[in-house]
Amino acid sequence: MTPLLLKSFTATSCIGQGVTATLEALRQQRSGLAICDFETVDIDTHIGEVPGVDDTRLPHELRQFDCRNNRLAELGLLQDGFYDSVQRSAEHWGRKRIGVFLGTSTAGILQTELAYRERDPLSGALPASFDYGSTHNTFSVADYIRQRCGLQGPAVAVSCACASSAKVFGSARRMIEAGLIDAALVGGVDSLCLTTLYGFHSLQLTSAAPCRPFDVARDGISIGEAAAFALLERVPEENHDAVLLLGIGESSDAYHMSAPHPEGLGARLAMQAALRAAALDPGDIDYINLHGTATPSNDRSESRAVTSVFGPTTPCSSTKGATGHTLGAAGALEAVISAIALRHGLMPGGVHTNDIDPTLTAHYIRVNRPAPLRRVLSNSFGFGGTNCSLIFGRTG
Amino acid sequence: MKLAAYIGGLGVLGPGLANWPETAAVLAGRQVYRPAPAVLPTPTILAAAERRRTGPVVKLALGIALQATAQAGEDPATLASVFTSSGGDGQNCHELCHALSLANREVSPTRFANSVHNAPAGYWSIATGAMVESNVLCAFDASFAAGLLEALTQVAVDQVPVLLVAYDSQYPQPMHDKRPLTDAFGVAVVLTPNRRDSSLARIDAALTDLSYDRLTEAALEALRCGCPAARALPLLRLLAERRSGSTILEYLDVSRLEVRIEPCP
Repeated sequence: MTPLLLKSFTATSCIGQGVTATLEALRQQRSGLAICDFETVDIDTHIGEVPGVDDTRLPHELRQFDCRNNRLAELGLLQDGFYDSVQRSAEHWGRKRIGVFLGTSTAGILQTELAYRERDPLSGALPASFDYGSTHNTFSVADYIRQRCGLQGPAVAVSCACASSAKVFGSARRMIEAGLIDAALVGGVDSLCLTTLYGFHSLQLTSAAPCRPFDVARDGISIGEAAAFALLERVPEENHDAVLLLGIGESSDAYHMSAPHPEGLGARLAMQAALRAAALDPGDIDYINLHGTATPSNDRSESRAVTSVFGPTTPCSSTKGATGHTLGAAGALEAVISAIALRHGLMPGGVHTNDIDPTLTAHYIRVNRPAPLRRVLSNSFGFGGTNCSLIFGRTG
Repeated sequence: MKLAAYIGGLGVLGPGLANWPETAAVLAGRQVYRPAPAVLPTPTILAAAERRRTGPVVKLALGIALQATAQAGEDPATLASVFTSSGGDGQNCHELCHALSLANREVSPTRFANSVHNAPAGYWSIATGAMVESNVLCAFDASFAAGLLEALTQVAVDQVPVLLVAYDSQYPQPMHDKRPLTDAFGVAVVLTPNRRDSSLARIDAALTDLSYDRLTEAALEALRCGCPAARALPLLRLLAERRSGSTILEYLDVSRLEVRIEPCP
């Protein structure tokens, strides 16, 4: 593929609002996970909650979009001058020439969960104030960001479970290459809700402790929330010190709805496709940001897949011990973490992992490694057996 | 770059419409449209264990996808796919939200696994063994045009055949009052970069500001408006009439999708 420029990027998760705070947390190997006290949830687990979401307000004219997910989107949009960067791009290219591609798994479903508690006792009707299209519907976050930024190009939400906001890079890449748009606002926003907390708990996939990716005692995920965005454009001739998207690989497991292929076959196909798209060899990758959810089966199959492509020496880690698993936002959050890693020469060590599972052969790192990085691969896999690998690189 | 492809096969299911030939007869005026509740087929392509877990949107999506790939004579396992839906499985969503509103909050693990927007795409890949890329989209009422745009872009840029599957089903009450979709409707299209013996027509697409087309017959226009996937009907009419022509499909507020059809002789 033709590489694309990450003109600007930002991330907001439980470890920090914006790139500077995120970098600082990564440098300190600080986790944002805490005992779950979200809403009325009564589950013995840890979560990665973003502080300040409830206090965030949407502009009055977009108040119909008001819900936790869009508040998180708004909070994230205003970090790192990202909104201003989008506006400059819109003025340069024209508002119809910028597309919006956002990943989410549950959007604002929390709004519906709350509305179901307030059903009319006689008729069963939901409260009049509940607005399905602007809050619950999967598209609502893309619609909100598009209207908030005054963009008029193509817009869509990608919802492939936990690979959603990695796959948005693919949709954006194709539309830029087709010449339909000149820039793409890509990203992911997913927020805490009862559906995912109780749902993953029902599958016995949540850990009571903070999640421990690749640990011998790992026993499940910690659910987090995040808003992460990037502005993609074609690479200009002058591109010193830039972060580029070099490759995208997508595949399907064709195996099971909620369990990964045991040998990581789909994951391997995605990583190999990303390498092919970037015209790179496995040895060109300096660091891998793993999907690394910390369930026994996910980490086992991902380790097998990584080792089958890269061998046992390429350093890799999961940042989910710090951020939690931000589900539909994980792909974009970890894309931004990969960009931060490239820009600042930092391989982030995995947090909360004490004893690396000796049966996992991938080269998992627990301690931060400062090193000049040129290429980073980021993995995102989801329910339904959907896989996406992204490769980012640095110029100059 | 031209946004163009060849249509190799179609699948349709909706109220009073069991397949593409029936739908084509209605749209071409050879048969009167008689609305009746949509009948969703049992997904026999799935193993029994999986089949038991599937809801209406999976039946709908797999049903139309099988129609389209069979007509196109394509091996489903080799086709990249774009699934697009405004809301996914409304009944499943209702059951989850209802369970979460009760004191014990007992959520069915199968319901939760099926609640992901990409459940039909997941079951499709499990059923057919397709390990190629599959994307799953939502653009509320614009979901059909958004899916068509994504699929055509993929065909044009990556030069691969793509299966587009657009589908929607109803929410039960109380959600139905907030999102009143009339019935289940779905359309699947096999798109290839080059013309083949089986190609039905060439399709070209472009974004436009012009207003979108409606259907003149009240019952068909009600269907078009009542279900986001049925926003495809003006395009399907051109294909049913087997004539050259263009139509403008509803997309986002300030943006529409113009499609031009040239039948293959």
